[in-house]
Amino acid sequence: MTKFRTPISKVRGLGSARSGAHHWWHQRITAVVNLFLVLWFAASVMTLAGADYATIIWWVRDPIVSVLLVLLIGSLFYHFRLGVQIVIEDYVHDEGTKKISLLALTFATLALALAGILSVLKISFGG
Amino acid sequence: MAKFTLPKNSKVNKGKHVPAPEGASNVRTLHVYRYDPDSGENPRIDSYGLDLDKCGPMVLDALIKIKNEVDTTLTFRRSCREGVCGSCAMNINGTNTLACTLSLDDVKGDVVIHPLPHMPIIKDLVPDMGNFYAQYESIEPWLKTVSPDPAGSERLQSHEDRSKIDGLYECILCACCSTACPSYWWNSDRYLGPAALLQAYRWIADSRDEMTGERLDDLEDPFRLYRCHTIMNCTNVCPKGLNPAKAIAEIKKLVAERQG
Repeated sequence: MTKFRTPISKVRGLGSARSGAHHWWHQRITAVVNLFLVLWFAASVMTLAGADYATIIWWVRDPIVSVLLVLLIGSLFYHFRLGVQIVIEDYVHDEGTKKISLLALTFATLALALAGILSVLKISFGG
Repeated sequence: MAKFTLPKNSKVNKGKHVPAPEGASNVRTLHVYRYDPDSGENPRIDSYGLDLDKCGPMVLDALIKIKNEVDTTLTFRRSCREGVCGSCAMNINGTNTLACTLSLDDVKGDVVIHPLPHMPIIKDLVPDMGNFYAQYESIEPWLKTVSPDPAGSERLQSHEDRSKIDGLYECILCACCSTACPSYWWNSDRYLGPAALLQAYRWIADSRDEMTGERLDDLEDPFRLYRCHTIMNCTNVCPKGLNPAKAIAEIKKLVAERQG
């Protein structure tokens, strides 16, 4: 029964989670990292416009390009995961639905990021 | 899951219109939200024609004139009529502000008055502030210390340290900022809102307070603090010209700073 609870009892609730700082900080760090990596990626794609398959493969195989691509995919999907988590927490108020949504988000993001990273590594290692 | 339809009693109907008295030359129309939950009827917008030549200059003067002379059932809070008590906070032409400090001359055309958004309504323009005040209480807005009181003197503070609570201590808790915040609309049960967070920072920034770490502990929470998404409505609407968004950013910076 929440009917007879005092307002202050509801506000104090379960107390402070004493976390959230890392989430906030990581979201900001990945935002800045993404800014640079996406600019680099966009510029690279533009210079490679019209290139044939072999040229693109040769470009991805460059160790520096491989590393930057893996970083880009990791940072991008991590940032996406953090951001969508906020949206879900904002709007989904049913605890069960919220938990399932967050788990689904985590697994989907992980799968997509791993697929991207694996693709880069496969080309990079010449598979 | 999110609800996409509003409850039945959220549909606002058109109410009665009371025209301005005959012979009035300087007429303005006020559209005022009316709702009495006990009546079982839906809310309605009543409109009143007012002769501005026979009315005080502020929006609050117009409301008082309506209550005194036209419709005594109109219900709203007011006290100081000079922007100090925060009682007459309401939504005027789409912006939360104090009715007593907003001049009718500064409102173009008809004046549309609603209560503070997304609050439970007790009657007409009077929202239930219970949760808002409890949130203020929860940040323990008083000086907390571990050192014993100094004998025979106050706890001293340099002029420089005193200036750090300028722009914070002036908050009158009118709730214009919190009720303008979309994040507060969706999660006011767990998010403290800009007003309570600005007040929390007022004590964190106070050089005489010795419980800063404990205060940050209690705030570091995905909902209490981090539901702030820097939307900035709070700073836009504050009728005292304060900057709650900056105060919240300062809290976030301090919480990050102590991580290492």
